[in-house]
Amino acid sequence: MPVLWRRTGIFLLSLAPLGWLVWATLTDKLGADPAKTIVLLTGHYTFYFLLLTLAVTPLRKLIKFRYFHFRWLQTHRRMLGLFTLFYALIHMTAFLVFILGLDFSLFATELVKRPYILFTLPAAVLLIALGITSTQGMMRRLGKNWKRLHNSIYLIAVLAWLHVFLQVRSSYQDAVVFGIGVAVLLGVRLYWRIFGTGHPRTASGSK
Amino acid sequence: MLIRRTSDIPSSEITPESVYRNRREFMRGAVGLTALSIGGAAFAKPGNIADAEVAGPDWLKTQIASASPGKADKAEDLTPYQHVTGYNNFYEFGYDKTDPADKSGLLKVDPWQVEIAGAVNKPGTYHLEDLLKGVTLEERIYRLRCVEAWSMVIPWIGFSLADLLKRFEPTSKAKYVAFTTLQRPEEMPGQKARLSTIQWPYREGLRLDEAMHPLTLLAVGLYGKILPNQNGAPLRLVVPWKYGFKSIKSIVKIELTETQPYTSWSAIAAEEYGFYANVNPKVDHPRWSQAQERRLPSGLLRPNIIPTEMFNGYADQVASLYNGMDLRTFY
Repeated sequence: MPVLWRRTGIFLLSLAPLGWLVWATLTDKLGADPAKTIVLLTGHYTFYFLLLTLAVTPLRKLIKFRYFHFRWLQTHRRMLGLFTLFYALIHMTAFLVFILGLDFSLFATELVKRPYILFTLPAAVLLIALGITSTQGMMRRLGKNWKRLHNSIYLIAVLAWLHVFLQVRSSYQDAVVFGIGVAVLLGVRLYWRIFGTGHPRTASGSK
Repeated sequence: MLIRRTSDIPSSEITPESVYRNRREFMRGAVGLTALSIGGAAFAKPGNIADAEVAGPDWLKTQIASASPGKADKAEDLTPYQHVTGYNNFYEFGYDKTDPADKSGLLKVDPWQVEIAGAVNKPGTYHLEDLLKGVTLEERIYRLRCVEAWSMVIPWIGFSLADLLKRFEPTSKAKYVAFTTLQRPEEMPGQKARLSTIQWPYREGLRLDEAMHPLTLLAVGLYGKILPNQNGAPLRLVVPWKYGFKSIKSIVKIELTETQPYTSWSAIAAEEYGFYANVNPKVDHPRWSQAQERRLPSGLLRPNIIPTEMFNGYADQVASLYNGMDLRTFY
């Protein structure tokens, strides 16, 4: 399939959750507290895209049968990462506009009183930085430091999981499901770091 | 600040004034309309008051229909029926706010038995019909304030818990009242969930004087209809000056005890949920502030955030129960 078709397809599919959300909002399907529902759902979408972005490299390296592989996903990793940022921004904006009513003094007190928000701030700042430096031009400009900066996606993943974990009330389900996702996708990289990837060209490890 | 537009609140969420003022006539007329029966169970898919009819025994319908009308203690809008019955925390059916309405259809609430046990002269297991025999039901319009910081105003139909307890003659040993919810995983899918923080059955309790207070209500209906499954059918507690988790649903056992009983949320996180759980804007939940609440329905561009009141606005009637008690220690 030509790359442009795939790109368009992935782009449109990635917009689908937002499309559904807008439709549900306009047709009043979100229940008694649509603000809460929107914030919750956009948070979930952000996490899904985060996990998807983190899955690109492991899928490419681990799933290789005759003609079935995931090398083509690599081209689209940046788009998936940017959609993570996209939904994260919608999530945060929805909170500021729909929950806080743009009352920034309220924001300050909420920040202090709700620890699960406080340390997502560095995650948000980092994610925005990753978005800004996602271009080819930036890759060239930053050179070695680009990889270092973009490795902060691992920290972002952990902070995002903490954000979910610290809100557990009646069920561990979200924390466990997202936790397994983060643990596996980060764990496999840790494994490669220690034991190498097994690929002669790119093998790295302490041996 | 955004310029607020009243058109941002969907008109479906505003009870028309004419309906509100004539709601009893409206509802009596509505009962005559075609019933919405799905699966024959007492499952009301939330909708307009007009076309939702909750299935249930005729004797209960009759008794509810003759409830004396209630008077709100404040001029505030009632939460529309579709939201009262469509936005619920009833984890026995799942963790989403829509799960109770969507997944409580299998719950069989008729016949229903309640065990009265403990420090009473007349313990036993009674059918709901016997517990309600001869009881004059009343409509009570109460605020319900969830610990999650949202709230509703709901017209319940029920009677004082005190009247029930007096019939069974608590002895001098009785200091507390303990309540237990039904445990029936085949009908309550959330009870099969492995990742639940709650140890079933759900249990709650009150101090005896709190239980005997005239405000404390045993509810069997709302908005002039039989209580839908998702709201705690067929019998639930409403303690309006406490956080909503104290208002235990689908009660199967009421026990008079000498010592403070087990309460589910305190067991999950004792530092976050206390036994008393009185609504108190000055004592925050460890993870969020309790100074404000969202009165539902809350619009998108016009969040309905209001300050939380001490004892949920019932301070005049209940503050004396806690004279001399440090409500920060006994949260």
